[in-house]
Amino acid sequence: MLVVDISRLSKSFTRGKRALDNVSLQVREGEMVALIGASGSGKSTLIRHIAGLLRGDRDGGKIEVFGEVIQQNGRISRGARKVRADIGVVFQQFNLVSRLSVLTNVLTGMLGRVPAWRGSLCLFTKAERMRAMTALKRVGIDGHATKKARNLSGGQQQRAAIARTITQGARLILADEPIASLDPASSRKVMNTLDRVNREDNVTVIVSLHQVDYARDYCTRTIAMRDGEVVFDGPSTELTPEFLRELYGEYSSELFAPTPEAIPASGEAAKKDLAYVTS
Amino acid sequence: MNSSISTSAATAADLPPRDLKRSGISFLLWAFILGLLAWSWEGADMRPMALIENSGNMVDFADGFFPPDFLMWKYYVSEMWITIQIAIWGTALAIVCSIPFGILCSENIVPFWVYQPVRRLMDSFRAINEMVFAMLFVVAVGLGPFAGVLALWIHTTGVLAKLFSEAVEAIDPEPVEGIRATGANGLQEVIFGVIPQVLPLWISYSLYRFESNVRSATVLGIVGAGGIGMVLWEYIRAFYYAETAAVMIIIIISVSLLDMISQRLRKLVT
Repeated sequence: MLVVDISRLSKSFTRGKRALDNVSLQVREGEMVALIGASGSGKSTLIRHIAGLLRGDRDGGKIEVFGEVIQQNGRISRGARKVRADIGVVFQQFNLVSRLSVLTNVLTGMLGRVPAWRGSLCLFTKAERMRAMTALKRVGIDGHATKKARNLSGGQQQRAAIARTITQGARLILADEPIASLDPASSRKVMNTLDRVNREDNVTVIVSLHQVDYARDYCTRTIAMRDGEVVFDGPSTELTPEFLRELYGEYSSELFAPTPEAIPASGEAAKKDLAYVTS
Repeated sequence: MNSSISTSAATAADLPPRDLKRSGISFLLWAFILGLLAWSWEGADMRPMALIENSGNMVDFADGFFPPDFLMWKYYVSEMWITIQIAIWGTALAIVCSIPFGILCSENIVPFWVYQPVRRLMDSFRAINEMVFAMLFVVAVGLGPFAGVLALWIHTTGVLAKLFSEAVEAIDPEPVEGIRATGANGLQEVIFGVIPQVLPLWISYSLYRFESNVRSATVLGIVGAGGIGMVLWEYIRAFYYAETAAVMIIIIISVSLLDMISQRLRKLVT
């Protein structure tokens, strides 16, 4: 079954540069697909289009998710909000509401499923609360349920965001650079969690990554982007350093995680890294 | 030898050149401010000499205030309570109305054809002083505290809706997007994504408005809208200066106390 079907999608931002250029691709149920590319190559833009958070150009591009049109010819379709309930989005900056408790944040995953008045008043049933707690247990942070989201570490917040998509009952998870702001240990935990959700629940996962190593370790299929175009779509095992150099030239070095001895211990480097990630 | 050479070289460094444009602008600015003050002198009927010439009268007048007459203090205190109660209700109703109006004034939440008219409505609520509203409501609902509550309600709604919307416009959009991505509707985006972010600021603004509403409520009585202001106005008109002094002291004490309490509370939330 086709989960995502994108045909001839383009997106130009006002400054004229094409963020997405005639992108067509399909993702089948149960796949775990990596989306790689340097910063500015259009990975995030593509993911935000699939979630219906951005509109494409008005030149006939179309995105279907689970067979329902989510946007077509630069218009978000009326049914987009219904489809969104089946799509869980995990963001680079976690996008949790920092002042709410972790449990409430995870419960917001239910908003697309419960009657609007009940969701708006934050009246969730015991079963729904239990469902959220179960999700938190699966990602291993059930002990932090009553803490405010901002008091968790980055890795824990990202796992809470994944718990939100589990509670949501999402059948497709779009993860937009989920590990770009995290240290290597937390990154592994987050990727393992995504991997488990993919294998155990047969949830389709599209994850954009900065570093090819993770793509090779976790995803069988990789889609590589450059300047808004899909330049490679195939098995991750083909992504050798030589091939990447061919694809990206001088930029290929930024797609590999620095080896541990290459990481300077000073906070200066960490700051630089962060600036790089957010730019 | 060497060191003395390097020192003299350092002292010989030139001062940065004078920025003519900047000093020109600053000169014009001062000239404008002084000109403005001079122009307003006549209109404001400024007569500093009158203060000195009539100093004898002033001393006699001030003499009348001492000693303050607290004989009726129970009455003053009960009227002060009414004043505070007017402020409580006026502020509470305004907060309730400012939440939807504040959201509807925010350009990152609603389209311009919503926020523009709502903003203009709030401007008009704010532009007219609560004393004017009080005079109108005294005519509409009769003399007494209720007219004061209505006056504070309208004026404070105009002020708080603006402050609330400024807080909403400064929020972080990412959590809102996170909520939207779950399939939540627009109202739920506001409830779960926006309000948790702005709540501390909203509470702080509301408390601050409560403080200033207590101050405003003390004068609302002058136009017949109840509370301590009514007492004050009657004493002043009847030349009962000793009683006037007592009432003023009670106002000063209660307003300062409330300011202090509210300031503490505001520090707690932010």
